[in-house]
Amino acid sequence: MEDLIRYAPDLAAGFLENIKLSIVAAIVSLVFGTVLVAMRVSPTPVLRAAGTIYVNVVRNTPLTLVLAFSALGLSDQLGLVFSTEPRTNSFWIVALGLAAYTAAFVCEALRSGINTVPLGQAEAARAIGLTFMQSLRMIILPQAFRAVVAPLGSVMIAMVKNTTVAVAGGFAADAAANMKESFDQVGASIPIFLGIVVAFMAVTLPIGYLTGRLAQRLAVAR
Amino acid sequence: MTENGGVTPLVRLENVNKHFGALHVLKNINLTVSRGEVLVVIGPSGGGKSTLCRAINRLETIDDGKIVFDGQVLPEEGKALARLRSEVGMVFQSFNLFAHKTIRENVTLGPVKVRGVSKDAASKRAMELLERVGIAAQADKYPAQLSGGQQQRVAIARALAMDPKMILFDEPTSALDPEMVQEVLDVMIGLARDGMTMVVVTHEMGFARRAANRVVFMADGQIVEENTPDEFFTNAQTDRARDFLSKILTH
Ligand SMILES: Nc1ncnc2c1ncn2[C@@H]1O[C@H](COP(=O)(O)OP(=O)(O)O)[C@@H](O)[C@H]1O
Ligand SMILES: [Mg+2]
Repeated sequence: MEDLIRYAPDLAAGFLENIKLSIVAAIVSLVFGTVLVAMRVSPTPVLRAAGTIYVNVVRNTPLTLVLAFSALGLSDQLGLVFSTEPRTNSFWIVALGLAAYTAAFVCEALRSGINTVPLGQAEAARAIGLTFMQSLRMIILPQAFRAVVAPLGSVMIAMVKNTTVAVAGGFAADAAANMKESFDQVGASIPIFLGIVVAFMAVTLPIGYLTGRLAQRLAVAR
Repeated sequence: MTENGGVTPLVRLENVNKHFGALHVLKNINLTVSRGEVLVVIGPSGGGKSTLCRAINRLETIDDGKIVFDGQVLPEEGKALARLRSEVGMVFQSFNLFAHKTIRENVTLGPVKVRGVSKDAASKRAMELLERVGIAAQADKYPAQLSGGQQQRVAIARALAMDPKMILFDEPTSALDPEMVQEVLDVMIGLARDGMTMVVVTHEMGFARRAANRVVFMADGQIVEENTPDEFFTNAQTDRARDFLSKILTH
């Protein structure tokens, strides 16, 4: 217990990085996942193929490799720089790597949502003169989102937990360092483990609860 | 621009063919619909009536032949096709109201997003149209809260909100409970009286007799017979049509 109290401030500072990472990855992955699903259902074969390949490659690649690719490939090889401050730079590289990974799962959740929307909805949208993009944006996706709020919640919970992999794997910031230091010095003591578990659950349980509630409220009556 | 002795055709189908895989669903269809005409399409299930309707606003593509609407060959895709569709209303058997939008939003969406009408103007017009079809009191409900007959009347109001040059009806009353059929037919008869050009796939003989100028009997992807409603129902020329009529009359 003393261990937990002694290392709490450091662990909290590290945990804050996980939260920041989660927020960025959540926003970016939702946007990118939506773009991906639009590609996957688009009438243009090239876009459809690109979306399908992306999702299948990324979804079936271990997260550590995706992160290693975004750090080594994008950053070192292609020289992609988000900030001159190394810590900020690596934060963004990891955040985008995690978002790119999570987006594949967001896309698939949304695609199963699209499958719940009756074909007649899209036909009626086209029949009043909406373009493909308009009917996707105004008719199909809003109903698809509502159908998969709960599964999207699960995707986000997995993403929040994946921030630990992201932090340990690529992002040499306080979080991993502090966690490692506490483990090294006092051994991976049970109170510290439990403390971390509780901290994560404090984030992930509300996501599950809120998305569950939201799913009921937003459900489309047919 | 006048043909057929002074009547301008709004839609003309010339040698239209359509296959679904090996199935030949539209066989060399030639058909003209004049402005202000009400055309009833009747025939056995699987005969290609829906496909014909859907080809006119290009919800289905055709393999060959030509469809001309208002003097223009149907555009293949993109903005031009969307514009064409905004001028051709469509009412489906299963209503297809936007489930996540209120009745009012269902009617205003097209005018606002496709035509660029202001929200206020669209809403005012939507209320007029909903009044006309008798649903004004339900404007802020969602489709699932309405009966089938009410939903179908909203679908008609949604089509009318685009000020279409013509409306296609694909079995608009087939999914309705019997007691709701007439309320929808009454709205359609009103439209016909007001001069709307309509293509109506239906087996409702009462509607055909009261509102249609012409009946087209379609079977196996072909137009088998074409006549005035009275002639068709009392004096069908082909065995196929007589056989079909004897079946729907005994029901
Ligand atoms: N999307 C489709 N794919 C394959 N076959 C279809 C499709 N739509 C209709 N058909 C077939 O085409 C034929 C004509 O269908 P349809 O136009 O719906 O006839 P109707 O409206 O007169 O009942 C039917 O045999 C039907 O099974
Ligand atoms: Mg049909």
